[in-house]
Amino acid sequence: MTSEPFGDLIDRCRAAEDDLVRRWRADVAASLRGRISEIELDKELREILDAVLSAVASADGADTRSAAYGEVRALLVDLSRGRALQGFSPRETAISVFALKKAVRDSVGTGPEFTAFSDVIDELGLFTFESYAKTREEVISNQAEQLLELATPVVKLWQGVVALPLVGTLDSARAQVVMEKLLQTLVDTGSEYAIIDITGVPAVDTQVAQHLLKTIVAARLMGAECIISGIRPQIAQTIVALGIEFGDIATKATLADALLLALGRIGVDVTAEMSKRGL
Amino acid sequence: MTAQELPISGDADVVRVRQAVRAAAVQAKLSLVDQTKLVTAASELARNTLTYGGGGGALVEQVDNGLRKGVKAVFRDKGPGIADVAQALTDGFTSGSGMGLGLGGARRLVDEFAIETAPGDGTTVTVVKWAR
Amino acid sequence: MERLPILKIGQMLLVSIQVDLRDDMVIALQEDLADRIVETGARGVVIDITALDIVDSFTGRMLATIAALSRVLDAETVVVGMRPAVAITLVELGLSLDGIKTALDVERGMRLLSSARGTAR
Repeated sequence: MTSEPFGDLIDRCRAAEDDLVRRWRADVAASLRGRISEIELDKELREILDAVLSAVASADGADTRSAAYGEVRALLVDLSRGRALQGFSPRETAISVFALKKAVRDSVGTGPEFTAFSDVIDELGLFTFESYAKTREEVISNQAEQLLELATPVVKLWQGVVALPLVGTLDSARAQVVMEKLLQTLVDTGSEYAIIDITGVPAVDTQVAQHLLKTIVAARLMGAECIISGIRPQIAQTIVALGIEFGDIATKATLADALLLALGRIGVDVTAEMSKRGL
Repeated sequence: MTAQELPISGDADVVRVRQAVRAAAVQAKLSLVDQTKLVTAASELARNTLTYGGGGGALVEQVDNGLRKGVKAVFRDKGPGIADVAQALTDGFTSGSGMGLGLGGARRLVDEFAIETAPGDGTTVTVVKWAR
Repeated sequence: MERLPILKIGQMLLVSIQVDLRDDMVIALQEDLADRIVETGARGVVIDITALDIVDSFTGRMLATIAALSRVLDAETVVVGMRPAVAITLVELGLSLDGIKTALDVERGMRLLSSARGTAR
């Protein structure tokens, strides 16, 4: 059964299937420069060709968004995902689909129905490119997330006291991740004190200061107190110049002072603890 | 990506709207904090629909802009409408008088916020939150 | 209507919210708590919201009202177990719940009340 706009093109393609795949594979293989084995590629392309021909032959053959193209789309998503994850370029990925056009032209020949078929391949090529881009986006955002994770260690200093030593520039996105991680650690470790040490932060702008403030208020809502340590002179000046109110938030010059403050509030006798541990 | 239409005519409906929004937010893979923000905004808006709009309905659906997934929620009522939107959006809920609309707060919790209203014409509030 | 159970532990009352809160339940809790404080002579109230996945402005205001109400009746209120996501959302919403005592969990909440009032047995 063949739908109108494609005439007998599908039947002719089916008849020349082996030749078609051979030509198609040759073009694709040239662009991939041996990074995918011929056998693998052959299997991949045959599957796609078979699905495309079946879809084109269906009643909705001209509409690549129709249900008839479900399998084709699934195969193309697999293909573009694989290519994106293996580091192939957009061009190398798109050519895997577009080269089918040339293969059909050379193997089966052009007729009036070739235009309709060509339109279908264009649509599928664009679709492939879109899913390629999507996968790349995912890869990039995953990496960004991992970097954020790496850059925000929350360490336990004492039973009930955790510290977050911040190093490097804090932007809004990072400040948000930091805030969430710190608050979660308070719950996980049952800590009532958190020290946020900003010795390693070169500059603080209004937004970052706001994030710090919000973290502190959120921690209070959960039943924990934050102490900020390591505020450098320039940052103190910025904070005052920006008119940011730190109100009744405890600030200390160094992490050591902040720890002493927290221990004092918990009621830890440092001298007694030291002799208990033989220090 | 099915849209879900829910009536809002009582306290139990506000809870159901929250649950529907939560389910959609989980499906759209919003982070836990973003889920919480969206559900809280939905709770404020559903309560407004009930209290100030005299009841109405909510439409909850997943959306996809090609790059990101998200959740859209639309709250409709055929109530008296809002005469002064700007005023309604300023924070009133901290005044403690119980007259706060929670609109301004809800707006801060979502990525997109649109309000359509006119006196006597009801109110429609549309919010969207995208997965990060 | 479903009402939230209020438990008496020593000189304290404990409310552990385990269900999706409806507004009418919130209002009922406010009334029930005031009654129980007077009835039992409790000196402290612990409200455990560990299981709550959201606190909106209505519930937030209710917590503040309960705290104010119990203070008038000579009892302190501690809200315990607020989840990080809930706390972040409340701050964004603009609700800082000033004047409400908080603690990480029920145990710490009870200790806080005991040490504040010297009512530990």
